[in-house]
Parts: sequence; C-alpha cells; structure tokens
Amino acid sequence: MVTCKQFLQELNDFLDPSIDPDTKLHLERHVNECPNCFVILDTTKKTLAVYKGCEPQAVPEGIRVRLWAAIERKMAARKLGQS
Amino acid sequence: MYPEGEAALLNPSVEAPLQTDESALVAKAQAGDAQAFTELMHRYERKIFRLGKNITQNTEDAEDVLQETFLKAYEHLEGFQGHSRFYTWIVRIAVNEALMKLRKRKGDRVVSLDEPVDTGEETVKREVAVWEGNPEDQYSQQELQAILDEAIEGLKPDFRTVFTLRDIEELSTEETAEAMGISVPAVKSRLLRARLALREKLTRKFKRKEENVLGYL
Repeated sequence: MVTCKQFLQELNDFLDPSIDPDTKLHLERHVNECPNCFVILDTTKKTLAVYKGCEPQAVPEGIRVRLWAAIERKMAARKLGQS
Repeated sequence: MYPEGEAALLNPSVEAPLQTDESALVAKAQAGDAQAFTELMHRYERKIFRLGKNITQNTEDAEDVLQETFLKAYEHLEGFQGHSRFYTWIVRIAVNEALMKLRKRKGDRVVSLDEPVDTGEETVKREVAVWEGNPEDQYSQQELQAILDEAIEGLKPDFRTVFTLRDIEELSTEETAEAMGISVPAVKSRLLRARLALREKLTRKFKRKEENVLGYL
C-alpha cells in the first residue's frame, strides 16, 4: 500500500515516461484513491506545463548590441592573429 | 546604425540563408566560418539569456553570462568533440558562468548535497487546491511571465538551477548533473523539491477561490 509520503517521493518517477510499468500501476492506484495526491499530481503537471509553455523572451536590444560587438571584436582579433 | 560587420551579426538572416543542420553548422564554425558560428549563437541567445537570468536573478549578471558564454564558445569551439549535443555544451559553459556569478555574491547559501528531501505529510497538507482554469487564458503573457519569474526567484539557487536545466531547458537528468557537477541522485532530489515548491507558490496564485477539491469531479 503506497502512502501519500511515498507517492510524493516517487512523484518525479511518476512524471517520467520511462517509469517501470509495475511502479506506475502501484502509484496510479494510490493517486486514484487519494484526492489530495490527485490534486498535487495535477497541479504539479500544470506547473511544469505552464513553465514549458513560455517561450524565451527576446534579449533586450542594448544587450544584443553589446554582445555582438564583443563577438565582433573577438573575431577580428582572431583574424588579426592569423594574418 | 551599426558598423557593417556588427549589423550582419545582429541580423544574420539578412546576410545568410537559414541552415537547419546543427552538426553541419558546428563543423563549418569549427573550420573558421564566422557566419556559421553567429547563426548557431542566434539560435540560443534567448535561451542562454533566460537561463542566466533564472539562475542569477539579475539582468546585469545574465548579460555577462550570455556574453562570456558566447565568447568562450568561440574561443574553445575547436575543443568541442561532438560527444554531447552542441546545445548541452553551450549550456554547460553558461551554467558555469552563472554559478560563478552566484558564488561571488555574498549571502547565497549553497544547499548541501545531502540535504534530505522534504516530502513529509506537512508538505502534502500545505496547499491542496485546484487551479482556477488555465493560467494562460487568465493572464497576459507578460503578467504570467512575471508570476513565473517571481516564483522561481523565491527558490534557493541550487533548486532554481536544477529546475531551469531540467524543466525549462529540457536537459536530461544526466546532462543536468554533468553541467552542475553534482550527482544524478542530487539532481533528482533537488528537482523534486523545486517542483513541489513551485507548485505550492503557483497554487497560491492560481487556486480556485473556494478551494474545493471536488471541483475535479
């Protein structure tokens, strides 16, 4: 019999698609019978989904300009060293 | 507005056709093709900047992380052997830079590798509530991003680093362990704590007002 504490300790494995089928079955039985763990599982999945769903925002233009200027200098210095 | 060379670097699509095969681009860049290198970097500049910001929680530090990462990548490109994905290689450089920034700061506590996982009953009972619909539908992208950033900011540095690498940048557990220089079990335990902590923080924000678990039925 899986307890809530055990379920939480196994939560990462449960969310991993490569979980062993027997372990998954045991954990599924618990989550189907325990409303608290059901909610925690569901809201954890939603937490991951909302983070994964956010595209990285554009790098501010000023930062990009400084970045590529630094790379340009580095490239120029290398060319100079090779010639 | 920019010098000619710099403008080309800032907007490579104007100057160079989009190339999709990363290994071919890496090979070209290693052979000295500057345009191939800049295209590679353009693919990852947003992600590396986000990674730097998530770990350091500081825009200036994130800028330094981004710049140092790309400069070191350029400098050491010939040393990339292709044993791992190129992106993982870049991320490893970025994580090192970001962690160095953190170490330089005072007051950031580095969590012990042996710290136990807190998944006791108390955690279970803390915030068990269904969410009020889909956050993406209720908040603008900007508002949602601010909520997510604030939640991550509240995590300890090691936890937010593991979460960023595993769940945002989607590195494997092994890649994350390698990038952070910690063991696979340490990654797993920190990831669990980070996920549960973020779940709690977001649940406080997104929970259904009446906190009715039967809302699922």
